[in-house]
Amino acid sequence: MASGKEIRTKIKSIQNTQKITRAMEMVAASKMRKAQDRMAASRPYADKMRNVIHHLAFAHPEYKHPYLLERPEVNRVGYIIVSSDRGLCGGLNNNMFREVMKDMQAWKAKGVESSVCTIGSKAASFFKRFTDIKAKVTQLGDTPSVSDLIGTVKVMLDAYDAGEVDRIYLVFNEFVNTMSQKPQIEQLLPAMPAEEDKKELGYHWDYIYEPDAKAVLDGLLVRYIESLVYQGVVENSACEMAARMVAMKAASDNAGDLIDDLALAYNKARQAAITQELSEIVAGAAAV
Amino acid sequence: MAMTIHVDIVSAETEIFSGVAESLSAPAIMGEVGIYPRHTQMLTPLKPGEVRIVKQGGEEEAIYVSGGVMEVQPHVVTILSDTAVRASDLDEAAALEAKREAEEALKDREGEMELAEAQSQLAQAVAQLRTIEAMRKKLRR
Repeated sequence: MASGKEIRTKIKSIQNTQKITRAMEMVAASKMRKAQDRMAASRPYADKMRNVIHHLAFAHPEYKHPYLLERPEVNRVGYIIVSSDRGLCGGLNNNMFREVMKDMQAWKAKGVESSVCTIGSKAASFFKRFTDIKAKVTQLGDTPSVSDLIGTVKVMLDAYDAGEVDRIYLVFNEFVNTMSQKPQIEQLLPAMPAEEDKKELGYHWDYIYEPDAKAVLDGLLVRYIESLVYQGVVENSACEMAARMVAMKAASDNAGDLIDDLALAYNKARQAAITQELSEIVAGAAAV
Repeated sequence: MAMTIHVDIVSAETEIFSGVAESLSAPAIMGEVGIYPRHTQMLTPLKPGEVRIVKQGGEEEAIYVSGGVMEVQPHVVTILSDTAVRASDLDEAAALEAKREAEEALKDREGEMELAEAQSQLAQAVAQLRTIEAMRKKLRR
């Protein structure tokens, strides 16, 4: 049996770890609330943007933007993968990466290769083992801004324009609730209007475009894609905080259990030592 | 009562304005435009500048936008404002930056591979040394 002193130092060190995990849990909880607020704040823009895009899908007789057209043949797909910058958030990132790998394998079976752009350092360090990363951005911090994402998104869109990729997917974690996050693989391009919106606005009409349709639509669709990616990033950061909070809570609980077990072992060891000492004294006295 | 039009101004990071107005004027890319209720559908980029909204009752409110896109429907105006300052060369620079980071990471990969390899070799060497040590002790006995 381990000696009393050894057990005591072990308890001490676990207590220190527990202090850290508990602090991280609380930090994650407060950051999660803020991330959720940001998620809510960015929703109106995404909704309005989606409305406009939907209107556009009907309005438009004369000029069809390439982003709205399905390509007949898919030779290569692109992924924009949103992950966290830091670890210690349970299986959040790995679950997502597994989904992506599955998806990639499915495409590969059809002879379709994939390209990757990453947001967040976890995705960058994971995917650089398998594929070449076309662009990446890391260290977004707790308040990601749209301007941080412009570059990465543009690289993907340029590849799409050049015909290097024929489809673009966005991968991020969907915030279901605090306890559960779900990896999502969403098609960004070509942008498809949802089926249920197809019935409204039966009559023919079109916008006035200033200066001309192409210029307006180019700007608009790039912003549309960026807003979707931004939403993904914000949602993913809320997921990260929630997952970290849960993971740290589990760690603190486990540390508590360990401390209880060790305290028991320590008391037993102490008692055994006392008993032994006593019996030695008694035996000594009897010998005299 | 005067006719009104619903105005929404949003940016990617937050909602800026939402309410009814009698009219508004916005800095469209081709020049300032005034929008009144029942304006025909229009879609135009905006320059950085002021959106002036005449609210119900004649009160005026000015909101600065750093560019964006305005959609006009007969009874709804939506302004999707940019948060970032946009210019094609700035976007280009951002794209190049993202690419460069990826390439740098690729270069790093080799470094990391070497490190990992070296570490595993070191571990093997240490294990071998330990076995030799153990055998020596046994022999001495």
